[in-house]
Amino acid sequence: MSAPDSSWPDSARPASPVPASPVRLKVTDLEIRLGQSGHDVVRDVCFTVAAGQVLGLVGESGSGKTTVALALLGHTRRGLCITAGQVLLDGTDLLALSPRELRAVRGARVSYVPQDPSSALNPALRVGTQVAEVLRVHPQTVGDPSGRVAEVMREVSLDPTPELLRRYPHQLSGGQQQRIALAMAFACRPSVIVLDEPTTGLDVTTQRHVLETVRGLCRSYGVAAVYVSHDLAVVSGMVSQVAVMYAGRIVEIGSTAPLFGEPVHPYTRGLIGAVPSPEHAEVLTGIEGQQPRPGRRGAGCSFVARCDYAIADCAKQVPEPVLVAGRSVRCLRALEIQVTPSPRLPVLTQPPAMAGRATLSVQGVTASYGSTPVLSDVSLQVPPGTCVAVVGESGSGKTTLARCVAGLHRNWTGEIAFAGTPLAHAARQRDKDVLRRVQYVFQNPYTSLNPRKTVGQIIDQQLTQFTGLSHRDRSERVLGVLKDVSLGQDFLSSYPDQLSGGERQRVAIARALVVQPELLICDEVTSALDVSVQAIIVELLRRIQQKQQLAMIFITHNLALVRSIAQTAVVLRQGQVAESGPVEQILEHPSDPYTQRLIRDVPRISQPGSAG
Amino acid sequence: MAVTAPAAAPRHALPVRRHHWGSMLWAAAKTPRGMIGLGLASFVALVAIIGPFVAPDSPDALVTLAFGKPSSQFLLGGDFLGRDVLSRVLNGGWVLLLMAVCATALGVIGGAAAGVSAAYLRGASDGIIMRAVDVILSFPQLVFALLLLSLLGPKLWLITLTVGVSHAPQVARVLRSATLDLSERDFVKAAELQGMRPAKVMWKEIVPNLVSPLTVEAGLRLTYSIVIMAGLAFLGFGQEPPAATWGTMINENRDGLTLNPWAVIVPSLLIAVLTIGTNTFTDAFARVAIGIDRRPQEAALIDDLGQETGQ
Amino acid sequence: MAVATAPVRSAASSSAHPITRLIRRRLAFGVLTLFLVSVVVFWATQVLPGNAAYALLGRNATPAKVHIVEIELHLNHGIFDQYWVWISGVCTGRLGQSLVTQLPVWSYVAPKLLNSAFLVLVTGVIGAILGVALGAVAALRRDGWFDRVSSVVVLAVTSVPEFVVAIALIIMFSTVLWHILPSVSLIPPGTYAWSEPELLVLPVATLVLVIVPYIQRMMRAAMVEALASDYVEMARLKGVPERRVVLVHALPNAIAPTIQVIGLNFLYLAGGIVLVEYVFNFPGIGQALVSAVNDRDIPTIQFIVLVLAAFYVVMNIVTDVVALLATPRRRIAR
Repeated sequence: MSAPDSSWPDSARPASPVPASPVRLKVTDLEIRLGQSGHDVVRDVCFTVAAGQVLGLVGESGSGKTTVALALLGHTRRGLCITAGQVLLDGTDLLALSPRELRAVRGARVSYVPQDPSSALNPALRVGTQVAEVLRVHPQTVGDPSGRVAEVMREVSLDPTPELLRRYPHQLSGGQQQRIALAMAFACRPSVIVLDEPTTGLDVTTQRHVLETVRGLCRSYGVAAVYVSHDLAVVSGMVSQVAVMYAGRIVEIGSTAPLFGEPVHPYTRGLIGAVPSPEHAEVLTGIEGQQPRPGRRGAGCSFVARCDYAIADCAKQVPEPVLVAGRSVRCLRALEIQVTPSPRLPVLTQPPAMAGRATLSVQGVTASYGSTPVLSDVSLQVPPGTCVAVVGESGSGKTTLARCVAGLHRNWTGEIAFAGTPLAHAARQRDKDVLRRVQYVFQNPYTSLNPRKTVGQIIDQQLTQFTGLSHRDRSERVLGVLKDVSLGQDFLSSYPDQLSGGERQRVAIARALVVQPELLICDEVTSALDVSVQAIIVELLRRIQQKQQLAMIFITHNLALVRSIAQTAVVLRQGQVAESGPVEQILEHPSDPYTQRLIRDVPRISQPGSAG
Repeated sequence: MAVTAPAAAPRHALPVRRHHWGSMLWAAAKTPRGMIGLGLASFVALVAIIGPFVAPDSPDALVTLAFGKPSSQFLLGGDFLGRDVLSRVLNGGWVLLLMAVCATALGVIGGAAAGVSAAYLRGASDGIIMRAVDVILSFPQLVFALLLLSLLGPKLWLITLTVGVSHAPQVARVLRSATLDLSERDFVKAAELQGMRPAKVMWKEIVPNLVSPLTVEAGLRLTYSIVIMAGLAFLGFGQEPPAATWGTMINENRDGLTLNPWAVIVPSLLIAVLTIGTNTFTDAFARVAIGIDRRPQEAALIDDLGQETGQ
Repeated sequence: MAVATAPVRSAASSSAHPITRLIRRRLAFGVLTLFLVSVVVFWATQVLPGNAAYALLGRNATPAKVHIVEIELHLNHGIFDQYWVWISGVCTGRLGQSLVTQLPVWSYVAPKLLNSAFLVLVTGVIGAILGVALGAVAALRRDGWFDRVSSVVVLAVTSVPEFVVAIALIIMFSTVLWHILPSVSLIPPGTYAWSEPELLVLPVATLVLVIVPYIQRMMRAAMVEALASDYVEMARLKGVPERRVVLVHALPNAIAPTIQVIGLNFLYLAGGIVLVEYVFNFPGIGQALVSAVNDRDIPTIQFIVLVLAAFYVVMNIVTDVVALLATPRRRIAR
């Protein structure tokens, strides 16, 4: 456990043995603003990382974690300025260096692994050139550059053939691109590595390989690493200490296992309650509201508007870090909360099975895009009032299946029957009543709402298209459905641009529900959202599904999520059904090897044997 | 439609951004570029429209020496025949302006219809329309105009028609690509799932979102219409002499540059100021539109960083 | 544990290189376009005016003269025959005679074609280099004084019609303010433009002023985007010196879209030279076209328009190929 910085009061410093390994990175009172005197984006950030250790920097979008990550290399994005603090790398303050000295340090003593390698690798340069470049630019670090290139490529499990080195980035897969990025980062044997969500966009198995590679390299090189992520499950398996960021500040920092096991800060508690687990069927609890943006954070604790434990004093001043249970927490009521056990999540009760004919029956559907086959002989049933999860990685064809059922994709053969009657291939050919009873919620809340219409107009349009209700009846229905998705009346006259991702998705769900459908198709509806928002949406859907006894198809790549919403699961692999059955059976006793591998590779919180 | 709602904005609302076309125009007019552009263009338009009523002399009357120097009676001197340059200048703009506006309207409406239909309908219609577009685009507007005019005579309606038709392909291209982009967005698919016919989807869902590119194109096309028509007049393909038009005046008074340059300078300046004005205002509008009509990925970026970066 | 590298998938859909495929497709389309253009030209010049002979002769039409012209233009045959005669003549080099000078069209137009080609080439090269340089500098010093000033100036220059620019230059350098350059070319027919460089200065300057703004703006925008990209940020985070970041990382990625614009401007020049040559009395095909139009010299008009259309087609193909070469992602299949 490493000691926090000296600027923190002594009472907050944990009494711990002197760390065995030297401190490589020490950040004190880091402050970053929008412009020299604008609103603060990041404030009072302090942490230390010793050699061989990994610090997880966790937060949702808008928390400022990427901004902090870049600042560890002395870099800020356009419009931002580092206005206070120190970043001590082996004792040298990076923020005080001249541009030339800073350039000599970047890549050589501290390096960065980007979030999206497909855009971080120059599309016009060969990958071999890009790896060799970092060695060229820092000639003093390594004796034999070309030998080193081959060596570091092998370390990241890439075969350094001339043919591979001559490729351009677009000729590599996502996993390979990320390994190239890792090679670039480790080539000069730096002391500190900053990894910014390096496994976003990779499928679960590739993600696991990359994470293992990173862990191995960190251990063998003895680097201090900072791992930035929004994914708590991934972080819990990788890091020895965790810093949770909210609205630009670190609200809790401490060792991984205790922090995840018994979180103290209300935000951390909320966050952990929102993470789905593949092992337990839990009711997910998200956190209502949104993280305040710079300039709207108020004088006191930024979490006060969303906090269940808030008291009057919380809004008056920013809480100082308090030492509790071996970690630092920024909360006025930390000591009280610590002795209150975190609310156990209630176990999910499955609804009783409904009798009757299957709402949806898919038989032997084969679909393709042009000449590329996408689905091959897929069959599934959706019994009435049941939620069926369709799980698969990218390229498995799950979205195509959803589109075929909805009528958005025409090029399929086989049979799809809704309430007994076969469906026409294209939505245009279907009966209006059938269209009304099968509703679709799209993945991307930023493109599924017409930017030129208000929320009220968007939802009302469904009613005018499908029903002949009078104006008054329609108003009533719209208001009713908004209440069902927990949006206030004042959202009616807002434009989508004014809403957050979670709010938009709720409008999309309301739009689908207002016409009282029988089957709801949810296509990766939470993939674009933060985990705390995801929990709210999933829980919302579950409640509505049970209350209105909707049949539902829930498409996702997140296997852990399935347990919190679905009764049956269908696992797709490259267009074919690998396995299907009740959710408990699939997750606990999978019979198909692909499913077994998927479940094994899914990261989960509090994995035994974490690093450090 | 409207479901009544109280006026309160939702909590955590982002700053209200108006989407209506009028508000965007107004926002553009308030920027420095917008003000300058609008000012310049309005000034020249005013000269052109009011000019004929305030001209001191008849534009055709021979009242002074050929290329006579400016005097207190003839503020801009005489042209190559001895007519009052000031009067001719004041009379010489409104026809150009009118024809340019008509040609622009023709080109933009025709091109927009073609482009949006081609993109939404896809398939054979798309192929045919875009091939026709490519053919028309395959040689310069000016040459195309010259070709037709040379053999049918410089009738004004023909000039307007020709220039308008030559604008349509470019507008079609721009709007087609904008429509293609929009057609892929999920809210259009959502409308399809409501059983809406293609024409209705285009009109209700797509077209309202095309306001920005449409306005920018209209502005650019207006500028080019003025440029081309003035150029045609300059070459002798405008109104028949002795009509006063700025373009013709520049050409017919060229030989006397050393004697009375104002006969050339003033009409040139007026044309230049007009086109600079329209182009600058269009640029201001485009900047405002880019700020507002962010593509969804950029909108998401704001959420990701929790702030607005860049401009 | 070495992960096997994914084999490069062969371009199974076509055995040809992407560039060859592109050229083939474009050429086929180009030929089609030229065909359609020739039909339109033919229709406009010979069919539309009714009896072209009357249109041509105007007030001088006597039955005898009309008869002669009709025979020359094959107007006594059916329309398709006429078209076939004409188009086969064009393809084999028999272009007919200019109705004005009575000389074969080719010998009349050829030297002018060379002059215009030279003008376009010089203008294009100077304009491209200037535009790219100015755009790059503006992007590197974004929001600095150079950027703001050049942005305003560029916007103004690009709005003004090219003949007004020409007149303005004449006023400034030739007649009113200074008298250092000739305003009108008095080259005897048959001489080539490059033998009298002084006469090239103003026409080239005019055209360069007209095309540089477009290139500068595109280059600036592309450069700004490249400099703000993730890969440039990554390069900086690797400690790459700024000069290398600009030259090796940003510039190559900014060039590709700019090439498209440069190509477009070459296309524009095909039409732009008409006005500019007319103003300066430069002996090129633009000026020849205007005279031919005024004189209703149909064979010459037909030929020049076809030449311009062919130039367009070729230029489009060249631009696309060069742009493709500059973008490895499109050039090399996965």
